[in-house]
Formats: sequence, structure tokens, C-alpha cells
Amino acid sequence: MIKVDHLSKRYAEVYAVDNISFEVNQGEILGLLGPNGAGKTTTMRILTCYMPATSGTATVAGYDVFRDSINVRKQIGYLPENVPLYPEMRVKEYLSFRAKLKKVPYRERKLKIAECIEKCRIKEVQNQIVGTLSKGYRQRVGLADTLVHDPKILILDEPTIGLDPNQIRQVRQLIKELGEKHTILLSTHILPEVEIICGRVIIINKGKIVAMDTPANLATQLRGGNNVILEVRGNGENIKNALSSINGVTKVVWHDRGEIGNYTVEAEKSMDIREDIFSTVIKNNGIIREMKQAPITLEEIFHQITMQEQEVTA
Amino acid sequence: MTSVSTIFQREINAYFLSPVAYVVIAVFMVFSGYFFSIMLGITQETTLRYSLAYTQFILSILTPVITMRLFAEENKTGTIEPLMTAPVTDFEVVFGKFLAAWALYSVMVVPTAFYIIFLAWTGNPDYGAIVASYIGLILMGGLFVSIGLLVSAVTKNQIVAGVIGIVALLILLVIGLASSGGEGWFYNGLRYIGTYDHWDTFTKGIVDTRDVVYYVSFTALLIFVVVRIVESRRWR
Repeated sequence: MIKVDHLSKRYAEVYAVDNISFEVNQGEILGLLGPNGAGKTTTMRILTCYMPATSGTATVAGYDVFRDSINVRKQIGYLPENVPLYPEMRVKEYLSFRAKLKKVPYRERKLKIAECIEKCRIKEVQNQIVGTLSKGYRQRVGLADTLVHDPKILILDEPTIGLDPNQIRQVRQLIKELGEKHTILLSTHILPEVEIICGRVIIINKGKIVAMDTPANLATQLRGGNNVILEVRGNGENIKNALSSINGVTKVVWHDRGEIGNYTVEAEKSMDIREDIFSTVIKNNGIIREMKQAPITLEEIFHQITMQEQEVTA
Repeated sequence: MTSVSTIFQREINAYFLSPVAYVVIAVFMVFSGYFFSIMLGITQETTLRYSLAYTQFILSILTPVITMRLFAEENKTGTIEPLMTAPVTDFEVVFGKFLAAWALYSVMVVPTAFYIIFLAWTGNPDYGAIVASYIGLILMGGLFVSIGLLVSAVTKNQIVAGVIGIVALLILLVIGLASSGGEGWFYNGLRYIGTYDHWDTFTKGIVDTRDVVYYVSFTALLIFVVVRIVESRRWR
């Protein structure tokens, strides 16, 4: 649905987006992840025809963003960062204005607006003046606006920024639901968000793509070690030595807390050593109080990737 | 073209939902009323000609107040982004905004029609000259609005847009006035560029094609330039 080919955008001497290529397939929710200033907004602005690329091409639903801009704009619903709205209008009025602007036929307009209000759960504020709305409602009015002409593609720039935890959950839920019908490209710098919502992630840093995969794959690829965390009652010294001798274990860290000890066992990437650990501990008269695989979060991946980059460039 | 009317409607609503429209209309009525009564007292003539000559200065100050928000506000609050990423052409946006401001300008000058009733009651005015004056007034409004629109399109700051607009309009007015009586191509050129001479013909009751062409072509040129400015964001 979206195809980006060697796209670059230069501001004066600085490349905001530097030769990136990616594709968003139909029905997919793709997350664009990166620190502030990584080039996420610039990429989205190019795709929504708000600004042109310095070089490279991008097509949205088969239309070129530069040459066929009006057709591209008909296919997309765009939620800009911080959701700029006209403060003096009422919610329904605003949606009606946007629907007209997006050429929703007169007969369907009322129905479409009602649908969007329903979907985005803004019924209770539909007659309120936009300027008096809370951030969460503004965000949802913005989302309703992106949906009003029933676009194939949604481009959402930091849709959950500045919301409180409950609102974030609501908006995420909403995006997930929308993902069933629309192709979505969303940007964020909040990591758990992509894990929850997105089928695929692109990590971008300083205008370049540094990684592109599913959140789960990224996690396994980048997992430096395979860590298991243990809490065991028993003779600490013995258990530590026994754990170290398990096939594949590279390192054991032991925190002695008297009767009970905490261990972190590192093993080689591909091996699952949990069952071996279990039997080893039993053999050494230990009682396992807790055992879990240390989760590697996107947070760590993100940190690793962006840090590696910096080391390379430094 | 439906987008033009959509944008026109929104802009008109924005004017009347904010105090802008009311303040501008009220200020205009106060000053034009003042000049009307003063000039009527001095000249004892049943004509709008002299009071409208002064009205030009008020219009040069008030028109940029009408137009200053058109693009500057959208640039500042970022609403320009959803607007320009909707399937509308740059021309439709610019023209819709232009028409809305021009309409408000026209609404602003309508209450002066009361003076005509007053003149008819006290004497025997020349209606032809009055009609011509109003045609001139509206045409001049188009030019003033397009200049204000141009200034608003290049800035994020409404106040800057307003002040520069006022200065630009006053210069345009003054160069015509200041060069009156001067001879040679330089003064003739200034008089042609300035609005004063063109406007003066209308108030005398003459609708000269040259003056109509001046206003219409100047306005069209400026709208074209504004469209290019709005579009230029797509080249950078």
C-alpha cells in the first residue's frame, strides 16, 4: 500500500531522512520507532504530501506522492503530531467541515460522521467547542477526522503522546480495532506501544533505518544472552557451582541472601536450559521459589541499536 | 470548486464566532460616520465623495486586521497541516480565504448605505456617482484583501502580518497622493501604481475600464503570487 524508495529529505546541510526504503503491506500496522528528531514526522509529512522529498520516490496506494498528490491525499487519513484543530468550532461542525473538504458525498456525510463519532467514542462531546476539550478527546476527534472519508490508509503521528495512562489504553485499543480495516503507519517513541499494537517495526535513528522486523524477531535477534532468573532456597555455594557446570551456561551470578539466594544464569543464545536448571537444583537439595526467563524488551533493543549506531559514528 | 465554498464558509464562521468581525465593523462605522458628518458640515454638499476619500485610510488600516489571521493563524497553530493534506488544491484554499475576507470587507462597508438615506432626506444626491463609488469601494477591497492575504501567507505571526499589511496599504495609498501634480514618467508611474487616483475616478461617478482593469488585474496577480507562496512549501 505504501512504498518508499530511497527517500531523502535534506534541511540545509542536515539530512532529516537519509535514503530510506520500506514497504507497508495491505492490512498491516507498521510502527515507526525512533528517538525525537529521528525523522519520523518528516517521513510522514512526505507521505502525506505536506512536503516534498529531496530525492527518492514514494507511492501511496499506487499513486506517486509528488505527481499525484490529490489522489494520494484522498487515500489517506493523517493525524498530525499534537492534533491541530480549529478551536472555535464545535466537534460535529469540525467533522462536517472535514468531511466536506474530503469530498464525502452529501448523502453519506451525516452517516459517516455519526459512524466516526461512534467509533472514536466522542458522542458525549459532539456538541462541545473544540477549544474546551481535554487532550484525550482532542486526540479522538483528530482520529475521527482521519476516518471520516473512510481512507484505505491511516498515517498517525505519535497518536498517544501527552495522554494519561487510561487514555493511552483507550487510544491504543481504538487503533488496534482500526487496524482490522485499514492499513496503518504510526510513529511513536514509546516502546511498549509498538509491542502491543504493531505487526512490524521499523527503528529509525538520525534519518536512517537501523532495524526492520516484527517486535518478537527483533527481540530474539538481538538477545545477547539467554538469561534465566532464579530464586532458590538451599546451599548457595553448591548450587552456584552445579549451575555453572550445566552444558551451555556461560555465566552465573549469585546474590547471597542467607538461606535464600538469587541467581542470574546466562546461557548461549539458542539453548533453553530451564529444565536442566530445574533438575540440577533438585539434585543439590535446593527448592526453587521462582524461575523466569529474563524478558528482553524493545526498550533494550532500542537502546542497543541506537547506542551501537552512535559508537559506529563516533 | 466545492472546496472553495467549504473553506469560504469556515472562514466566515470563524470571523463571526470570534470578536474580529464585530470589532472591525464597529470601528469602521465610528470613523466613517465621523468623517461623513465632518465633511458634510464643511462642504455642505450632498455627496459621499469627500468622506469616502478619508474612509480609504480607515480601510487601509482595518483590512489587514481582517486578513492577518487567514494564513498566519493556521501556520502558527499547525492547522495548515491537516488543511493542506486534505484533497484540496492550493488555489481552492487561497481563493476560499480570499472570498471570505472580501465578503467581510463588503459587509463592513454596507452600513454606510445609511448615509445615502440621510443625503436623500436632506438634499438631492447624484445616485450615479454613489453607485460608482461603491463599485470602486468593493474593487479596492479585493486589492486590499489580496495584499493582506499575501502578507499573512508568509508569516506565522498575526501581529506581524497585520502591521506589515497596514504599512504596505498606506504606502500604496500615499505614493499616489504624494505624486499628484508631479510630471514625467516617474510620477505618472507612481500614480498608476498607487490606488488613490484610480479610486478618485470612481468617486467622481466614472467607472473607467482602465481603473477596473487596474484593480482586477492587480488582485488576480496577487492571488496568483499567494498560491505560489502556499505551494512553495511543496518545493522546499
